[in-house]
Amino acid sequence: MAELAPAPPVAVADGDVLAELGELKRVAIVPAFNEEASVGRVIDEIRAFDPGFEIAVVDDGSIDRTAGIAADRGVHVIRLPFNLGIGGAMQTGYRYAFEHGYDLAVQVDGDGQHDPAQLPLILRPVLEGAADLVVGSRFAGGGAYRSTLARRIGIRIFAGVVSAVVRQRVTDTTSGFRAVNRKAIALFAADYPHDYPEVEATVMCVKHKLRLTEVPVEMRERSGGRSSITALRSIYYMAKVLLAIFVGLFRRYAVPLEEERR
Amino acid sequence: MTPWTVSITAAVASLLLLLVVLELIRSRRLRERYALLWLLTGSVLLALSLWRGGLNTIAGWFGVTTYPPAILGAVGALFILVVLLHYSTVISRLSDQNTILAQRLALLEQQLREDLSERHGVA
Repeated sequence: MAELAPAPPVAVADGDVLAELGELKRVAIVPAFNEEASVGRVIDEIRAFDPGFEIAVVDDGSIDRTAGIAADRGVHVIRLPFNLGIGGAMQTGYRYAFEHGYDLAVQVDGDGQHDPAQLPLILRPVLEGAADLVVGSRFAGGGAYRSTLARRIGIRIFAGVVSAVVRQRVTDTTSGFRAVNRKAIALFAADYPHDYPEVEATVMCVKHKLRLTEVPVEMRERSGGRSSITALRSIYYMAKVLLAIFVGLFRRYAVPLEEERR
Repeated sequence: MTPWTVSITAAVASLLLLLVVLELIRSRRLRERYALLWLLTGSVLLALSLWRGGLNTIAGWFGVTTYPPAILGAVGALFILVVLLHYSTVISRLSDQNTILAQRLALLEQQLREDLSERHGVA
C-alpha cells in the first residue's frame, strides 16, 4: 500500500468519491450508547459529507436523549430494548442494512471520534472493488497516538496476533471506523462477534476470504461519553478476545445470509 | 505428599474439563464470556495437580498436614461456588431482559392490532 501522510483535515478529492457513490444504496450505521452530547453532530456531519447516505442510529439501550435527538433529525432510529453491547448493536445495524438491500455500509461511532469528512478515505477501496472491508487505522500513517502504556501494549499485542493470523499487516484492530460492501454486510448480518467485536470481525472477514484493507485516518478525541473499556474490563477484554481468536481458528465458517430472490 | 495416582487422576480430569470447554466454544454451544471462568477453573486445578510441591506448601498454609490433595477438592469446590454465583447473576439479568422483551412485544402487538382495525374500519 502506498505510504500516505497523515490524513489532511479535509479529505482529498471528495468529488471523485461522491460521484462514484452515485446511485449506490448506502447507509451509515451509527451505534450510540448514551451519546446525547455528540450523536446530533455526527449525524449533521455525515449529511454534510454526503446527503445521499441513509443514516441508521442504533440506540443501544441509552437512558439519555440519544434516540430523541436522532429522531428529531429524521434519521432511522433503531432502539434496542436493553443494552446489548457494541457487538449486538452493530449486528443490528448490519441486519438492517442487509434486509433493506443496502450495497454499502459504513460504521461511524456515535461518540464523535470518527470524522465523517474522512469517509472518502475508507470508501475509496470499496468503491474501486479493491476490498470488501476497509478499516480506518489510527496507526497505519505513523501518526502519534496518545494513550496509556497499558493500552498501547494491548494494541501492539492484538496487532501482532491478528497480523499473524490473517497473514497481512494489520495495525489497528480495534478501530470501529469501517466501510463494507454487500458481501461483508451479508456475512456480518449472519454472524458478528459479541461484546468487543472489532478484533474478531477482522479475523472473521479474512477467514471467509473477504479482502481486508487498512487506510490511515485520524481520529478525534471523544467528544462525549467515555470509552467502554475501563482498567478492570481490559483484562477480561484481552482474555476473551484472544480466546475467541484462538478458538475461531478451529471453527467452521458461518454461512452469510442468503439473498432473497426477487 | 500427594499419592501419584491422585495427582495423575486429577490432572487428567482437569485436562478433560479444559478440552470439553474448548470444544463447546468451538462448536458455538458456549460463549467465550461464560467459558472464561471454566477455563480458569480447569487451569488452576491442572496446575495444582501437576505442581505437587506447591500443593504441599499450600496445604501447609491451611494446616492440612495429613492429606494435601484435600486442597484440590477445596479449590474445586470454591471455583464451583464462584461459577454458580456468576450464573445466578446471569439468570437474573436474563429474566429482567425477558420481561422487557415480553412487554415490548405485547405493546407492539396491541399497537399493530389497533392500527390494522382502524385501517379496515375506515376503508
